[in-house]
Amino acid sequence: MPREDSIGAAVDDTRTATVHEPELKHHFDDMAQQHEAATLGMWLFLATEVLFFGGLFAAYMLYRVWYPGTFGDASRSLDITLGTINTAVLITSSLTMAMAVHAAATGERRTTMIFIVLTMVLGAAFLGIKGVEYYEKFAEHHVPGLSFHFEGQAPERAQLFFSLYFAMTGLHALHMIIGLGIMSVILYMTWRGAFSTRWHTPVEISGLYWHFVDIVWIFLFPLLYLVDRHK
Amino acid sequence: MSQHIVPRSTYVAIYLALMVLTAVTTGVAFFDLGLANPVVALSIAVLKASLVVLFFMHMRWSSRLTMVVAGSALFWLGIMLVLTMSDYATRGWAWF
Repeated sequence: MPREDSIGAAVDDTRTATVHEPELKHHFDDMAQQHEAATLGMWLFLATEVLFFGGLFAAYMLYRVWYPGTFGDASRSLDITLGTINTAVLITSSLTMAMAVHAAATGERRTTMIFIVLTMVLGAAFLGIKGVEYYEKFAEHHVPGLSFHFEGQAPERAQLFFSLYFAMTGLHALHMIIGLGIMSVILYMTWRGAFSTRWHTPVEISGLYWHFVDIVWIFLFPLLYLVDRHK
Repeated sequence: MSQHIVPRSTYVAIYLALMVLTAVTTGVAFFDLGLANPVVALSIAVLKASLVVLFFMHMRWSSRLTMVVAGSALFWLGIMLVLTMSDYATRGWAWF
C-alpha cells in the first residue's frame, strides 16, 4: 500500500529518497539550488552595501572636486606608512579567508579553523593599527569638533575632509568588527563539525562579506591617503 | 554541484598581484602626474577590486543571475555618482 502525506496525496518514495539529505532544506530541489540561493542572497545584500557606502563616496567625490587643494593638504597629514601596511594586512586576510573557504570545500576541518583564526588575527591587527591612527588624529586635534585645529589654509574645508575620513573609515571599521563576530560564529560551527565537503555554504558567504569589506578599503586607501602625495 | 574548487596556487597568484599593485599605487602617488594621479590611483583600485571579485569571491565561476545582481550594484552606484555630480556641476548654468 502506498504511503500518504498529511493531505492524503501519495508520496513519491523514489523522490524523497534522493533528496533526503540532512543539510537540504525542504523548500529547495537540491543542494545546487540551495547553494545558488544562498550565494545570490549574499550578493543582493552586498549590492545594498555598495550603495550604503556609495553615498559617502558621492559626498567625498563632490568635496574633493570643490576643494582639491585642501583635500591634498589634509590627506598628506595621514600616515601613509600605516595606511599601506593596513592595506597589506587586509589583503593578506582576504587570502587567508579564501584559503579557509578552500579548506572547508575540501573537508579539512583543522586547516579551515587555522585559516579562520589567521583571518581574525589579521582583521584585529587592522583595527589595532587603525586605532593607533585614530589616536594620532586626536592628539593632533584633527578630529572634527570644537577642538579641531588645522595648520594649513582653509581649516573649515580640512574639517570636511576629516569628517569624511572618520565617517568612511569608521563605517568600514564597524564592518570589520561585524566581520570578526561572523568569523567567531563560523569558527565555532567549524569546531562543532557543522560543515562537510557537501555543505559549507556559511563559510563561503561569510567569505564574500569579508572580501567585500576588503574591497571597500581598496578604494578608501587611494582616496584618503594618496591625494597629491607628491607635493 | 555548482561549486567550483579553485586551486590554492590561483589564490596565491592573485594575492601576489594584489600586493604588487598596492606597492605600485603607493609608489606612483609620489610622482607628479598632474590630473593623471587620481586616474591612475582609481584604475589600480578598480583592477584590484576586479581581481578580488573574480577570483576570491568566485564571480568567474558564478551563475549569470549572480553576475547580473552584482552588476546591478555598479549600475545603481553609477546612477548615484553621475546624477549627483551632474547636478552640482550644472548649478552655475543660470542662463534661463
